[in-house]
Amino acid sequence: MWEIGITHFLVLSAMLFTLGVFGIFLNRRNVIVILMSIELILLSVTVNLVTFSAHLEDLAGQVFSMFILTVAAAEAAIGLAILVVFFRNKSSIAVEDISTLKG
Amino acid sequence: MIEAIFFYAFAAVLLLSAVMVISARNPVHSVLFLILAFFNAAGLFVMLGAEFIAMILVIVYVGAVAVLFLFVVMMLDIDFNELRRGMKQSAPIGALVGGILLGEFVWMYLTWPELAPDMQEKISQPMPHAEAVSNTHALGRILYTDYVYLFQLAGLILLVAMIGAIVLTLRSRPGLRRQSVSAQVSRNPKDVLKVEKISTGSGVS
Repeated sequence: MWEIGITHFLVLSAMLFTLGVFGIFLNRRNVIVILMSIELILLSVTVNLVTFSAHLEDLAGQVFSMFILTVAAAEAAIGLAILVVFFRNKSSIAVEDISTLKG
Repeated sequence: MIEAIFFYAFAAVLLLSAVMVISARNPVHSVLFLILAFFNAAGLFVMLGAEFIAMILVIVYVGAVAVLFLFVVMMLDIDFNELRRGMKQSAPIGALVGGILLGEFVWMYLTWPELAPDMQEKISQPMPHAEAVSNTHALGRILYTDYVYLFQLAGLILLVAMIGAIVLTLRSRPGLRRQSVSAQVSRNPKDVLKVEKISTGSGVS
């Protein structure tokens, strides 16, 4: 309990990941909160990588967590740009209105 | 002991703010709790000895991504209560999927040393002693040597994302009267000005 090991961090990361997935289900009509839930999931993956990097004393994990940060920033920028353009055309961001492609 | 107190404090605030991100009524509050979650994750990274990632997390996420979210949330005029309709119906299936996922994770973490017994031999970038080389210095050494192509590729991804966001949101609206600098500069006084001598008492026709 008072000895913090790798399992503590891994379980914390798993709980954060689960909260992100739960957030996608909970706010399945609101694209902005879905994007924020994806950010939470990416954060949990970063926690996982840094934990293993510290545990195994291997710096490669920290390098790859930086790449995850890059991809997360790019994804947020593109996702929000698409959201703004969509709101301009449809005046709505509800997920069920995004059916132009009839998918 | 002190490490455990800090870990539990950071972890508790991190998880609580994650819960608030997905359940807050106002999306602006969601973004602010996301920022709080990132700060606590940065604290955990400092505990793990990854100072550089912690600072990058604060700069990139809090300084750029979260502020981007804040701009978009405040810019769009949306009835967010309408978007919360149907939340009650989708909560049980989300809890079911999340519970199964969490159970799988915990089960895997309880058995992971047996899943990868030769993990210690697979280390690619051994960490130097913290007294000799700081975390940032060590990361820079391997990032600019062994991972230089991936580093350049990450820069390219950011460039593509930036150009993509600009191209997506740029629009030329018709009927807009913009300043045209070249037209103003190339205006010639001879073409637009006419000086007339007016004799007294006749007036201008």
